[in-house]
Amino acid sequence: MIPSAFSFYKPDNLQKAINLIADFGDEGRVIAGGHSLIPVMKQRLTDIKHLIDLSAINELKGIKIKGSSISIGAMTTQVELITNAELFKVAPVIREASLQIADPQVRNLGTIGGNVANGDPANDMPGLMQLLDATYTINGKNGVREIKAREFYEGAYFTAREDDEILVSISFNSPIGGYAYEKQKRKIGDYATAAAGVILSVDNGVCSSASIALTNLSDTPIYCSDAVSMLIGKQIDDSLLSEVTKSCVEQSDPVADQRGPVEFKKYVAGIVVNKALNRAFDRS
Amino acid sequence: MDDVKTPSSEERKSALSGLGTSRKRVEDARFTQGKGNYVDDIKLKGMLFGDFVRSPVAHAKIKKIDTSAALALPGVHAVLTAADLEPLGLHWMPTLAGDKQMVLADGKVLFQGQEVAFVVGDDRYAVADGVALVEVEYDELSVVTDPFKAEMENAPILREDIADQKEGAHGPRRHPNHIFTWESGDKEGTNKVLDEAEVVADEMVYYHRTHPCPLETCGCVASMDKVNGKLTVWGTFQAPHAVRTVASLISSIPEHNIRIISPDIGGGFGNKVGVYPGYVCAIVASIVTGVPIKWVEDRMDNLMATAFARDYWMHGKISATKDGKITGLWCHTTADHGAFDACADPTKFPAGFMNICTGSYDIPVAYLAVDGVYTNKAPGGVAYRCSFRVTEASYFIERMIEVLALKLGMDSAELRSKNFIKKEQFPYTSALGWEYDSGDYHKAWDKALEAVNYKKLREDQAKQLELFKSGKSRKLMGIGLSHFTEIVGAGPVKNCDILGLGMFDACEIRIHPTGSAIARLGTISQGQGHATTFAQILASEIGIPASDITLEEGDTDTAPYGLGTYGSRSTPVAGAATAMAGRKIRAKAQMIAAYLLEVHDDDLEWDVDRFVVKGAPEKFKTMKEIAFASYNQAIPGVEPGLEAVSYYDPPNMTYPNGAYICVMEIDVDTGVSEIKKVYALDDCGTRINPMIIEGQVHGGLTEALAISMGQEIAYDEQGNVMTGTLMDFFVPTAWETPNYETDFTETPSPHHPIGAKGVGESPNVGGVSAFSNAVHDAFKPFGLTQAHMPHDHWRVWKIAKDLGLHN
Ligand SMILES: Cc1cc2nc3c(=O)[nH]c(=O)nc-3n(C[C@H](O)[C@H](O)[C@H](O)COP(=O)(O)OP(=O)(O)OC[C@H]3O[C@@H](n4cnc5c(N)ncnc54)[C@H](O)[C@@H]3O)c2cc1C
Repeated sequence: MIPSAFSFYKPDNLQKAINLIADFGDEGRVIAGGHSLIPVMKQRLTDIKHLIDLSAINELKGIKIKGSSISIGAMTTQVELITNAELFKVAPVIREASLQIADPQVRNLGTIGGNVANGDPANDMPGLMQLLDATYTINGKNGVREIKAREFYEGAYFTAREDDEILVSISFNSPIGGYAYEKQKRKIGDYATAAAGVILSVDNGVCSSASIALTNLSDTPIYCSDAVSMLIGKQIDDSLLSEVTKSCVEQSDPVADQRGPVEFKKYVAGIVVNKALNRAFDRS
Repeated sequence: MDDVKTPSSEERKSALSGLGTSRKRVEDARFTQGKGNYVDDIKLKGMLFGDFVRSPVAHAKIKKIDTSAALALPGVHAVLTAADLEPLGLHWMPTLAGDKQMVLADGKVLFQGQEVAFVVGDDRYAVADGVALVEVEYDELSVVTDPFKAEMENAPILREDIADQKEGAHGPRRHPNHIFTWESGDKEGTNKVLDEAEVVADEMVYYHRTHPCPLETCGCVASMDKVNGKLTVWGTFQAPHAVRTVASLISSIPEHNIRIISPDIGGGFGNKVGVYPGYVCAIVASIVTGVPIKWVEDRMDNLMATAFARDYWMHGKISATKDGKITGLWCHTTADHGAFDACADPTKFPAGFMNICTGSYDIPVAYLAVDGVYTNKAPGGVAYRCSFRVTEASYFIERMIEVLALKLGMDSAELRSKNFIKKEQFPYTSALGWEYDSGDYHKAWDKALEAVNYKKLREDQAKQLELFKSGKSRKLMGIGLSHFTEIVGAGPVKNCDILGLGMFDACEIRIHPTGSAIARLGTISQGQGHATTFAQILASEIGIPASDITLEEGDTDTAPYGLGTYGSRSTPVAGAATAMAGRKIRAKAQMIAAYLLEVHDDDLEWDVDRFVVKGAPEKFKTMKEIAFASYNQAIPGVEPGLEAVSYYDPPNMTYPNGAYICVMEIDVDTGVSEIKKVYALDDCGTRINPMIIEGQVHGGLTEALAISMGQEIAYDEQGNVMTGTLMDFFVPTAWETPNYETDFTETPSPHHPIGAKGVGESPNVGGVSAFSNAVHDAFKPFGLTQAHMPHDHWRVWKIAKDLGLHN
């Protein structure tokens, strides 16, 4: 398990990184924590000639919270997402979800940027970003642009980001209401068999706002728009929640793997959505 | 007075850290500080690396291998293919099971991951690039991964080299993909009993394919010294001496010119018993290049290509009277051996000790037949933390007991109790011909049931079932029972050999002038703690503190010949040799002491660490004094020095046994199970080091948990390995590992010099049945009789679904 030869660069500011990636075109690739990229390089599933390490770029790091608006640098590690007390106050669902990613070793290096940019449907953060309706800020030789997380994912490992663009930061508003991120996996260090995130605000038993998203249940993360419209303005009870769950499951389109066949995954999708709905409701 | 100062026997005994002491493992200081010396730590001057081009497909003709691009790469020195090995007669090699195996693909490939070419280069990086540049053209053939389909008329023929051979190493072959039929017991008698029985339970029990997956993968460094003609191979070998003999036989290098060294080994579990193409290629490459060659496989290679375990389809019938007295057992096993029969079993046992499948029960008549079959899967079939198929046998009978209990409407704990071999029946000859040495199964069973409060557990289970039925819970509770009898310590030379090498073992002891000692054995620790426990055996035998005894294993130039470590044979065989060699030392020491004390030998008695003149306790010679005397006194009729060697041919196997109980809670919707309790009672005879026993039991239980709850080597229909990394191949972490309660009874082996039976593998043997039976037990009220392992989430979910428990 040895990757093919590559040259290695460690620029110390964003502009240098942008220039490098612009020069190399599709022969270049940025590396963040390396916990998705290095395994595929070692298996020679991808051939990269030039590797550009983003870890020395301070502009890409850190968590900024201004009132209800939150911005997280792409190179912020998952362990920072878990341990940052301010972030927990304004968006506790991030800690709940991050703690379910992989294991501590992976989380010490894995970054939020790498996790969402990778386009792996099994990753948890893309689903989480659907849930939070996050916006990605991307920078490249043609300048800065913003794109909604809900419009970013096109297929497994295909995103709206061009090869020569770098994800700089992720921003979203502090979610209001109850929250939950529920994930079923086979063991520590495993990706989701099925996972679901829910955010729910309730006034006098009536749902005032909601968001629901699914992980690893299709070739992209899923934002469950139909289910959300079923919820808003309605009195919440068990039968509504089970209708909502059904709608989410209908939107899922998982593939069979060692975790189980499609039928099982759809069933478990229903279970995780329902658990997340109930937990979010209890917390609302 | 002198005797005032002399510590008491008890004090002196405890100073020895001998038998029964929870002595801390002497190995750990080294391992926990990263100071171990594993194969991959070995770096020799001028050493090159080798690695394989492996087949991406499961069955194909090889049309062409083009090595030119690889050879043109700077840093690549050589690329070996079958064509290069053929002139040396090394393109195929004999397997331990009487078959032969391709070293490098000879015209075709038979499983995904098969070794096709061996690239040698400056370092791992150059070699990996070279491997990627070797171009192989494959002409794909149809694939068979199902052993039942393999024996059909229109099945693709896998082993074209022996397609017409009607006679195999173990008798007639009935199909080109058939390897052997092995029978044991009384066929007619069993059929008759089954025909006339009041109750018969009939079930197919599958023990899926899995893999030992040691933390350290397999590898070696081969170094041919062309000046003195000596070949040295450091390798992950569980049987270094046997490897030397085999290497000499297949390479024609004289055995005295081969030195095999097993350095520290990071777990074996049977995976490192086999002889792999990597070893042969590294040796050949070292001969060709004249420099040392290192080959170390990576995790994916290890899972995909080196020896798997299990893969037995066991069809059973068990008969009983209406009130639950078992009258007969029948079993037909279809054994999937993969592409070559490379099982590691004693020669006369092509299905290992599968014929211990009558388990702990007094079954009057039994019959077993095993058919070995070739498929397009990796070869292997090693004893993964067990003694040659005893886990398969034990799982089979423990499932059959459960299925029979269902049929009888009887509690399976009671059914077991009713049929256990009784204490007074030992030594007991089983219907399939083994002589069980000792045991007290009822005592262990009753102790176990009481320890877990079995009656209360059943009440809790009934309450949980009520909650489930009334819709208040989606969880079921399962109680998994297991009683196992192992057969370990292979074994008596009269019926146990590997490639003609009798399975005795040996120990050589040298006492130094100042009274410390070195002992060398024919075994090799892979984490079992031999350096700790064998020193304890000796400490008790010769009265030298365990801490003053160095233990050495694994170097064939220095250690006495032995068959290695697997099948829990080290303590039963090499441990016995150690005790016997110690006794020889003591016998000589007695003569020396008698001379020094000027008394007759018979006037002396042994007291912990010294010989004392009978009736005159103030007159004695300590072992330390005797040791020194042996070096500096000219004793008439006694040779100087104090050394002994013992080659021990065990008169019988030993039969460790135990009672395991697991309590599990299962969510029928998610298929997630939560282990609530694991109780493991082991009877391994005399307990040498209780702390090491506990560690072994914890480790073995964790592997058993893995195997039963998720660990498998899965193939798709095209023969692709679906579990090639640790993402999909389940190895539990601390998180998945439950708390274990261990317990014991102690029934010493009557024929072993210190009564020890072996324990390292018991928990894997007994554990799998306990975990699996718990899953089955949870669904029993809804009519489940048999569900194959592994019981991972989706398969458990599927049980619930098929039983109509989802709405
Ligand atoms: C054993 C194991 C288990 C895991 N389990 C989970 C899990 O359960 N859930 C989960 O979500 N993840 C899991 N992961 C993945 C882990 O979270 C990764 O760390 C994460 O997916 C990628 O982040 P990274 O910083 O390591 O990115 P890298 O691996 O460095 O990069 C991943 C990809 O994103 C690109 N990239 C990285 N940063 C940027 C950027 N700023 N702009 C543009 N492109 C960028 C890279 O070019 C690369 O293509 C697991 C990983 C391992 C090894």
